Amino acid sequence: MRTSARRRGVAAAAAMAVSAVGLAACSGGGGGAEAATCTNEIKQPDATQVTVWAWYPSFETIVDHFNETHTDLQVCWTNAGQGADEYNKFQTAIEAGTGAPDVIMLEAEVIPTFTILDSLVDLSEYGAGELEGDYTPGSWSDVSNGDAVYAIPVDGGPMGMLYRADIFEEHGVDVPTTWDEFATAAQDLRDAGFEGHITDFPTNGNALNYALFAQNGWEPFQYDTAKPTEIGINVDSPEAEEVLGYWKGLIDDDLVATEDAFTTDYNAALVDGTYAVYLAAAWGPGYLQGLSEADADAEWRAAPLPQWDTENPVQVNWGGSTFAVTTQSEQPEAAATVAKELFNTEEAWKLGVEEAALWPQWKPMLESDWFTEREAPFFGGQKINEEVFLEAANGYEGFSFSPFQVYAYDQQTQALYDMVEKDTDAATALSTVQDGLVQYATEQGFTVTE
Amino acid sequence: MGSEVTTGKSVVAPATTRPTSKIASRRQRWGYVYVAPFAIVFAVFLVLPLGYALWMSLHNKGIATAGRNVFVGADNYVKAFTDPVFLEGLWRVLRFVLVMVPVQILVALVAALLLDTLATRLSRVSRLLIFVPYAIPAVIGALMWGFLYSPRFGPAQELFGLVGLTAPNFLSSANIFGSLVNIVTWQWVGYYMIIIYAALRSIDPSIYEAAVLDGADRRQIALRIKVPMISSSMVMIVVFALIGTLQFFTEPQVLRSSAMGAIPTDYTPNMYAFATAFNYSQFNYASTLAFSLGFLVFVGSYLFLFLTRKQSGLK
Repeated sequence: MRTSARRRGVAAAAAMAVSAVGLAACSGGGGGAEAATCTNEIKQPDATQVTVWAWYPSFETIVDHFNETHTDLQVCWTNAGQGADEYNKFQTAIEAGTGAPDVIMLEAEVIPTFTILDSLVDLSEYGAGELEGDYTPGSWSDVSNGDAVYAIPVDGGPMGMLYRADIFEEHGVDVPTTWDEFATAAQDLRDAGFEGHITDFPTNGNALNYALFAQNGWEPFQYDTAKPTEIGINVDSPEAEEVLGYWKGLIDDDLVATEDAFTTDYNAALVDGTYAVYLAAAWGPGYLQGLSEADADAEWRAAPLPQWDTENPVQVNWGGSTFAVTTQSEQPEAAATVAKELFNTEEAWKLGVEEAALWPQWKPMLESDWFTEREAPFFGGQKINEEVFLEAANGYEGFSFSPFQVYAYDQQTQALYDMVEKDTDAATALSTVQDGLVQYATEQGFTVTE
Repeated sequence: MGSEVTTGKSVVAPATTRPTSKIASRRQRWGYVYVAPFAIVFAVFLVLPLGYALWMSLHNKGIATAGRNVFVGADNYVKAFTDPVFLEGLWRVLRFVLVMVPVQILVALVAALLLDTLATRLSRVSRLLIFVPYAIPAVIGALMWGFLYSPRFGPAQELFGLVGLTAPNFLSSANIFGSLVNIVTWQWVGYYMIIIYAALRSIDPSIYEAAVLDGADRRQIALRIKVPMISSSMVMIVVFALIGTLQFFTEPQVLRSSAMGAIPTDYTPNMYAFATAFNYSQFNYASTLAFSLGFLVFVGSYLFLFLTRKQSGLK
């Protein structure tokens, strides 16, 4: 009796010890000063370590490059998940007051979401303002507000149109340069016997749909981080209604598919000849090449995104990421240096371009002959950077996102899905989003102007 | 819940009436030492977080009000119970309860009764096969079904094609309800079947002999003798299924990655609470939603146990 009780006590104590070890292991990575568990190997054990969360493909080569070329600073990298997964962890760390890394990879669209939580350091205190000239104007506008700089741009997503030259040729259809021509081409392809759709309009396209609306002059949010509690919401503008109505018409005629993006089905459809066009950002070619089940005879080419008004072409951006320094960091100066210097050499960028298919926002690389004259074997040797994406990157002027962007995207996904499924019109979908966001923002304590 | 309370009482009562000797008090002290590991873990990982969540649910912090927690009393709860999104989610899980629980119990019961009657090698293999899905983690199971439902990669198109039909899209908003019912049923029937089967094995076989002598056939034995005799196990698995379904989360959350339109972020109350906390950083309102759901689950299970107290032997 006693022995069994004692044994149970020992077992319980052992279990507690185990769970205590587990907890200790989980608590690493906070604040940054203490040695955390890094995915990469630290080259200079005595140097200051800066913790970084990022999900770039092949990022370890960039980190190694940084650590080999710096003696006083070392990057300790963790992949905390891609996009929403990482943001969830960051939100939790902000609420908990501890657990965030020193430097975090954020897409430009979520920067206001985190500045309003006071969780990003204004890097202008650490000399970031002087770097403005090194980056494209659009990308700089996305990370800054007046003199304040909340992140350092890394890569971008200037948009273009990737298309299957073989499909267009086989059916005798010209590659469209305007949206009117695009609609005609969709019909012509169908009439010529093409069994797929010209492209897909995913109702969960989020940033893609934003970019398509923005190309027609849509500015859904007026938000200034200097006045964080004031927001203008103007989602259901005539510009957006025109674009969404255009797509709804193509959907109604069954000329455009409405499959969800980023699913395995969608990935397969992109490359197996179901769609003749992939409206893509500059990271799209890299994404395509990574997909399996590709059509072996495919001949991919790139062209500029179709325009509404060829007299006044508008360039738009889909995605792109930045490095920000968190306010939880105990060594913001070292963290700012890491954010600035991870991607500020040609060697680092060559790795980024070749290994991770990133589109640089750092001008010395963007304008280098090595980059502009790169031939893309996947596109039959076409110089897609120079011919398509460079103009889009330089023409992009920035975009104002809301401080509750995830919520705004979720609302839009639902409204667009309902528009397709329940066959309502574009105006209804947009006004549903508008009303939902105004109500939400008011509840959250914003002063809303419509 | 009820059983915990009664055992707690029976332990405490004799100890207080007995005169405290030296040995007894020393034993008591050791008792606390033995309880401590559990009590500490219990307090740190259950009681404290619950208390903190309750505190949060009584405060509010808008994202534009810069990190100040303001005491709002029951305001959040009033908002939750008038929030159409939350109520719609509740109504949805209630419909899942009405469909999913009877389907699961019925399939499990029929399987258990069949396996109890048969004693062949085939029945032993079947028993294992029915149980296997329960051994697969819920996330893996949902991912797997996501592929099976996929219009492009799933086998449905070919199977329906054999008889000249086109397969339905299992991930459309019209069909997603049935698709989810199917996944959960597949996963849990084996577990419920094992519980019922174990209860059936514990019935004294001489009762069956007596029934046969009285002229009962197999169907009558099954429905008039076996089922009533395992009613307490049945009540238990209904409670499990009820609680699990009201807290429905894993399967729709996983399937959402391939059906974002059909499964919105607020599909079930638990998913709504999750999205509110981690996607929209409203931890206060999320705590309120979680507490409201917990309260309703408690009331629901209590009510069910109260109504079935005769069958479950709690009375």
